[in-house]
Amino acid sequence: MPPEPTTDNPSTTSTSTSPSEQLLQEQQQEQQQQPQPQTHTHHTLPPPFTHTPTPLIPLTQGAEALVYRTTFLTPSTPAILKYRPPKPYRHPTLDRRLTKARLLAEARVLVRCRREGVAVPAVLGGDWEAGWLCLEFVAGETVRRVLDWWVEREGWRVKGKEGEGEGEEGEGEGEERDEAMLDLMRKIGRAVGKLHTTGVVHGDLTTSNIMLRPSSPSPPTSTSPNASPNVDEEEEDVSAYLAGTIVLIDFGLAAQSLRQTQEEDRAVDLYVLERAFAATHPTAERLFGEVLRAYGESYPGAKASLRRLEGVRLRGRKRSMLG
Amino acid sequence: MVHVRTYRLPHYEQYPVHVALFRDVSNAAFLRKQLLEANEDFDYAFLDASMIISLTHLLSASFMAVHRSLTNSLKARTPHSELVFRLHPNNNIGESYRKFGISDTTTALIAVKLSLSQDITAETVAAHLGEAVQGESVQIGDDGHELTNWTDANKVNETYKTPNLLGKNGHASDNTNLEHAQAVILGLMTIKGS
Ligand SMILES: Nc1ncnc2c1ncn2[C@@H]1O[C@H](COP(=O)(O)OP(=O)(O)O)[C@@H](O)[C@H]1O
Ligand SMILES: [Mg+2]
Repeated sequence: MPPEPTTDNPSTTSTSTSPSEQLLQEQQQEQQQQPQPQTHTHHTLPPPFTHTPTPLIPLTQGAEALVYRTTFLTPSTPAILKYRPPKPYRHPTLDRRLTKARLLAEARVLVRCRREGVAVPAVLGGDWEAGWLCLEFVAGETVRRVLDWWVEREGWRVKGKEGEGEGEEGEGEGEERDEAMLDLMRKIGRAVGKLHTTGVVHGDLTTSNIMLRPSSPSPPTSTSPNASPNVDEEEEDVSAYLAGTIVLIDFGLAAQSLRQTQEEDRAVDLYVLERAFAATHPTAERLFGEVLRAYGESYPGAKASLRRLEGVRLRGRKRSMLG
Repeated sequence: MVHVRTYRLPHYEQYPVHVALFRDVSNAAFLRKQLLEANEDFDYAFLDASMIISLTHLLSASFMAVHRSLTNSLKARTPHSELVFRLHPNNNIGESYRKFGISDTTTALIAVKLSLSQDITAETVAAHLGEAVQGESVQIGDDGHELTNWTDANKVNETYKTPNLLGKNGHASDNTNLEHAQAVILGLMTIKGS
């Protein structure tokens, strides 16, 4: 599991300006107008998304943000709308300030990354006071889903082979697909390396926050034992699907890391990712080795971060033992 | 006859954006003077075409102008000056006009009219611009690529402080980097001044 976003960073609150009286009044009026008991499934979006003829398709509802798929600027530009709704238990002024600071921090890091050539979604627009951000839509899957799909597929592949009386050792036919998967792992390692090279740490580097934009548009469909009896025919599809671009998303907890804590911050990113892999499946944990190998070769300081990772692991284990 | 292309912004469909493009404009100084004198008949965003990199670039500033107008959060005096202001990466309105607005020597001109009230239509815009602008109207297609025929990559890179971002050797016609450049520039516009 990713570390929960902890207490509010005092440095972010102090940099934002306090809202004017007028804003406060507007906000209070707004609150009176809005139906107060908001359920978990329905949220009142800020304008212009309140009453829009453009479809807004809900994707996820996290602890901090609601994420929709929509279009933005032109009808042929798919986009992601990320909205941070007000938190009713927080003081409205503080809440507004925090929301603004965090959205802005997320947007700033994204623009910086994009400028430096790290593959992240473009920032298309936003309104910090209102709590929303529009991002370029990444046509693909989260690595989490790719891993789930792969693990499931591995499962029935092995079963199929056992049925044919073959051993568990990988024969020639599976190697190509394995190689495609290992190559994907290396791409993840390099993407994280590239991010760290720019001095940014992600802060919540789970497999749900890494996307694969495949080079072939649709994933191979069969994930069940009955779907395709002929594994070989699929090998090419699978390789083509996995041969895509890695895009890092969700920079809500990202930060410019300070030189003094950089190594540790980077190691924590890697540790969070390692835990995410381990949580998927033991097989996926094996793949993670390849992520680290590629990471280690991706920039001059990478080896030092990897050494630091060992320390972070030890402390992580101790902490979980203490409960 | 003046060609006006109307774009509809997703989520703000009810406030269309009318755009006209002119080449060989000969009365830029006059047009600019009308803006300086705040002549109400000349309520447009008049942009020098050299600074627009894509239709999406233009629509991004248009969206923010419409949005800020309708949410009472304009930083500039009018929605159209907000549009000019939104294009610039910094918080200086005068500088925004100097870089993106019409100058006395402008020959390639983009005129934008936000339709924030019902009585503004493509026809009324075309009729007025036909009288006001001395220049050749250029038809704009749905993808708006004609808007970028005059892009000056060096000037764009300099204004956004993004060396080598757009174009190769200053040739804006080399569009290999356009998608990347647009991604960075929309981002810079979005986080500007905050
Ligand atoms: N730019 C994007 N393109 C495509 N899908 C996205 C994009 N951003 C987010 N998503 C999808 O929405 C989910 C949640 O978005 P995320 O930014 O991670 O928000 P949260 O902070 O709630 O985790 C992601 O896991 C992904 O599936
Ligand atoms: Mg996420």
